[in-house]
Amino acid sequence: MISVQEQDFNIGLEHENLRVRAGDPGAIVTFSGLVREIYDTSESASDVVSGLFLEHYPGMTERCLEDIVKQAAKRWPLLAARIIHRVGELGPKEQIVFVGTASAHRHAAFESAMFIMDYLKSQAPFWKKQKSEDGSQWIVSRASDAAAIKKWDLGS
Amino acid sequence: MKLDIHYFASIRERLGIQGQQLELSGNNNVADLIVSLTQVDAKFSVMIEATPSILVAVNQTVVNRSYTLSDGDEVAFFPPMTGG
Repeated sequence: MISVQEQDFNIGLEHENLRVRAGDPGAIVTFSGLVREIYDTSESASDVVSGLFLEHYPGMTERCLEDIVKQAAKRWPLLAARIIHRVGELGPKEQIVFVGTASAHRHAAFESAMFIMDYLKSQAPFWKKQKSEDGSQWIVSRASDAAAIKKWDLGS
Repeated sequence: MKLDIHYFASIRERLGIQGQQLELSGNNNVADLIVSLTQVDAKFSVMIEATPSILVAVNQTVVNRSYTLSDGDEVAFFPPMTGG
């Protein structure tokens, strides 16, 4: 189950929904990503972030997220999975992304949640633009994010 | 062939347009399309020069530059993704 939305989400509610949807899970892992106020750029001192703009490719985004849930379900015995990714204008410390996975055992839940997050960082069509006192600039993709997805061997 | 072209994020901003319709004759792959665009307007050289390299999706799937285009394809150009 996936959502691409401007509105915020409630982790407690999402956890409860996963618990109900999964039936009889032994483990639920949830991850949430937040807008950091201090963003450590590689080439200069830290920037104080006043906001983030998240652009996406409507249509392709939903297809990518559906696809990654299917791929995760092939690799691990998942009972339920949930992805929420926010788009549009976001302020410091706001929630950006939610990933939740439910399984009979913890390893499947932990690993599938990490797999989905690694995918979201560099393989789904989202782009972040960061606003600070110096103006706004598009965030450049990190080599570490590209390396993170390689270890899962997506074959694409 | 008629193509429905979309641009996203930094590429959209540098070009100053969200997308365009383009008609090309003959057989074309993605690399041919980029050449055709740069012939229309030099600003499209960003497609070749951008660092890191921009990505191309056809019908919402990422493809390489040798991918053969078909009439009616939806083509999108964008920088490496930064989600999560």
